[in-house]
Amino acid sequence: MPSAEISLTINTQETEEDILGPLQEELSACIQCGTCTASCRNAQLMDFTPRRLWRLVLMGQTEEVFHSKTFALCSACYYCTLRCPRGLPLTDAMNTLKQLGAKKNVAEYRPNARFYGSFLESVRRHGRINEMEFMRRYFILMKNPAIPIKFTPLGIRLLRKGKISIFPDKSKTERPLDQFFQRVEELERQQ
Amino acid sequence: MKYLYYPGCSLEGTAVEYNISTRALFDALGIELVEIKDWTCCGASAAEAQSELLSIALPARNLAIAESMEESIEDILVPCSACYLNLRRAAEETRKDPELLAKVNKVLEPEGLELKGLKRVRHLLDVLSSDIGAIGLAEHINKTMDRYSVAPYYGCQCLRPYVVFDDPEAPTSMEPLILATGARIQDWHMATKCCGASLMNIKPEIAQEMVASILSGASGADAIVTVCPMCQMNLEGYQNQISRSAHKDLHCAILYLPQFLGLAMGIESRDLSLEMNLSNPSAFL
Repeated sequence: MPSAEISLTINTQETEEDILGPLQEELSACIQCGTCTASCRNAQLMDFTPRRLWRLVLMGQTEEVFHSKTFALCSACYYCTLRCPRGLPLTDAMNTLKQLGAKKNVAEYRPNARFYGSFLESVRRHGRINEMEFMRRYFILMKNPAIPIKFTPLGIRLLRKGKISIFPDKSKTERPLDQFFQRVEELERQQ
Repeated sequence: MKYLYYPGCSLEGTAVEYNISTRALFDALGIELVEIKDWTCCGASAAEAQSELLSIALPARNLAIAESMEESIEDILVPCSACYLNLRRAAEETRKDPELLAKVNKVLEPEGLELKGLKRVRHLLDVLSSDIGAIGLAEHINKTMDRYSVAPYYGCQCLRPYVVFDDPEAPTSMEPLILATGARIQDWHMATKCCGASLMNIKPEIAQEMVASILSGASGADAIVTVCPMCQMNLEGYQNQISRSAHKDLHCAILYLPQFLGLAMGIESRDLSLEMNLSNPSAFL
């Protein structure tokens, strides 16, 4: 590897350690007992088990952490948080990684980030979620026709039952939150 | 008795029957639900994955509106487990952290809202099991459900991380309510195992496996009873695909708890919107 590239890697490594700083502090009492892994319904599908992921976080292994599939597979069941003998907020820590993964636009996490982003965009526009609009937005962002096709059977049943509609009556639900979202963003930038 | 009521977005869309049956049930119990006016989304599982402040501020907005409403009602009843957790977290976190409360109030201020921490957030199951209970329910039961075996499914977020009204690993709060209808409790081990939640949309193969294990675990039951629109959608929305991939028939009626209790109270099935369920509830019609 050319030396220029090495120094670049080291530089990113340094700045990215700061990204994990607050999380490292939060998890510093981890004793690596593995109760989180044993309690996780999806651990067998993860490349790094939750216990290993927390160790990597503590060691500042930013690349490994953000390119792992682990936090994208967390379904927030809160079993690890409930059982952690050190009382660590592990599900919240997964959420922190999800937030950072979305901000860093990590490829492995992109489908999740696009899904949640589409959801929140609909909330910002209407105040309440418009399921049809938000899924449409997600499908467009994903640019993969196989995804909407998978949802077609369910979508048709929901349309037939009148649970979703292609042109929802916006006058009934319109409570736009643009300014609310703006204020949140401003306050977050100030931090 | 009165409760403030936060239905949440799902209950206006894909879980409309949860809203209708909850209202019908409380109406029959003689309890008034006062809807929080102009409520907005709680952030679901999306806000917490994008922004910490947003994930507190969105539910806090609804708490602040609730505080500006009827002073005499302290409790906010929430039927959706995800909404419940978000509202509860906003209430608890802002109570613990004055700095966060100040920040949230900065977001709310231009709308003339202020969060003070005056209301209590209660899950529907908490209210049914703690405030009404099997004894309170029993006097309203007029149709025995004794030919049914029912698997109570609690899911995650009404039990964890906040341990409020039930054991977070071995919950039993639904059992006395179901037994009061004459039905039997199905003995099973999947009552608190995650349905996959929003992974169903992002990683459907994985979430469908998770649901398959829940549906298999309920084999022999006449219905699985739920208290969350996300659980309900995941458990009933994909039964054809899941049965096909599992090479066995995993179809099962999935009912919201208020639908099941409502039937036992003699409420007409159309007033509980049973026809809106995606699974087949014909055994209960």
